[in-house]
Amino acid sequence: MSLMQELGQRALDRSVSLSVQLDVTYRCNERCVHCYLDHNDHGEMTTAEICGVLDQLAEAGVFFLTLSGGEVFMRRDFFEIVEHARSLMFCVKIKTNAFMIGKKEARRLRELAVQDVQVSIYSHRLAVHDAITLLPGSLKRSIAGIRLLRSHGVKVVIANVLMMQNRSDRSGVKQLANQLGAEYTIDPTITPMMDGDRSILRLGLDRAELKQVFRDPDLVDDVADFCAPPPQVSDDALRDLPCSAGHTACYISPYGDVFPCVQFPLPSGNVRRQKFLDIWRYSDQLNEVRSITLADLPVCSGCRHAGSCTRCPGLAYMEGNMRGPSVLDCEKSYARTGITTANMKLMQSGTASRGLVQIAAAQGA
Amino acid sequence: MSDVYISRATRVAARSLDGEMMIMSALDSTLFTLNPVATLIWQSADGKTTLDQIVEQKICPEFDVPADEALRDAQAFVHDLAAHGILYVSDQPIGPATQEGTQ
Repeated sequence: MSLMQELGQRALDRSVSLSVQLDVTYRCNERCVHCYLDHNDHGEMTTAEICGVLDQLAEAGVFFLTLSGGEVFMRRDFFEIVEHARSLMFCVKIKTNAFMIGKKEARRLRELAVQDVQVSIYSHRLAVHDAITLLPGSLKRSIAGIRLLRSHGVKVVIANVLMMQNRSDRSGVKQLANQLGAEYTIDPTITPMMDGDRSILRLGLDRAELKQVFRDPDLVDDVADFCAPPPQVSDDALRDLPCSAGHTACYISPYGDVFPCVQFPLPSGNVRRQKFLDIWRYSDQLNEVRSITLADLPVCSGCRHAGSCTRCPGLAYMEGNMRGPSVLDCEKSYARTGITTANMKLMQSGTASRGLVQIAAAQGA
Repeated sequence: MSDVYISRATRVAARSLDGEMMIMSALDSTLFTLNPVATLIWQSADGKTTLDQIVEQKICPEFDVPADEALRDAQAFVHDLAAHGILYVSDQPIGPATQEGTQ
């Protein structure tokens, strides 16, 4: 067990939220075609409110704090927030498009000892990247921001969300990351809009493309192992928890709404009205999420992929049932191994329901 | 190693989990977890109190260990963390303004 896994287990045993993602705004200067957010400001938390929440998170034992958006630099008080977070000794990670990072911002992020800055880059080709962000000049500006961050010694991770528009550019983006001295990570998941609209899912990689991604030796260390048939599902695996959402991690929106994860929009409380620790400990919704083990999943527990699937309970929730399968993850398991999932078999036989969305709008959002 | 002053580095993230510190270095992203003795040394590293005083006044009474043994362990621990940029060490009191140059 790695030290990080050991920490996660200790946090789980003590019911501590080790990680929190706090979106400080949903406003953004880009209009990415696949974005799941409503960019209008419906009443963001003030600087004082956010700093108060950070005080509570520190007291609750939160260690990893991801500040994201929207675009975080749309907030003029962003550095006040980061300064307060660092004064509370959080391990701060920032997600940004780096468009607004100049020398001053790069130097300040270095001074504040931010752990890393994750920047979304969709393509190494200007026309492709800018056609996704819908902001002319965005690739050029993002690269300039990354260069400044690197020249000031700030660690940068380039996140390459894959969709049909940029499906052939992953090697180019990886090369670009190498040239810039940045780490590289891909994500082939397109998430439904927070209001339940699933139309943007059409942008996601199709089955054939997913298959190629999972067999790309540039991206996968051991393709044969990664794409091998899943091992027998053990009794231990059935007692496993689906993921850290609600167990050792959660998400807070710019309006103070608390959810199990940024990708799991189950409203669980609001830090404007309740103490974070009260929500974390006593929310019926979080406690329901915590009660679910793999054995409780009616379809997935009987699936051959149960022990190795990346099933996201948030995506399952957005598909209609947090105990149900996530079709997007079924597709990934199938693309990886070529073995049909239990849910696919049900769908083929016409007995599975799909596309039922049960999202409740977060209060205040 | 008398009159050694130690101070917590500023370029780290730190949090106590059930009485034990988790510390992440921003320099190289190395993660440390400290046992309760090391945690107490870390928490006492204010730049004004010597390591000897920390051992004598906090470690020995709290953990019921002989002073010479505790000091030897504490010295090794301090050197180890200083090498990772987690603690600053100096033969003089360490103030906030001087921290960056004394690790």
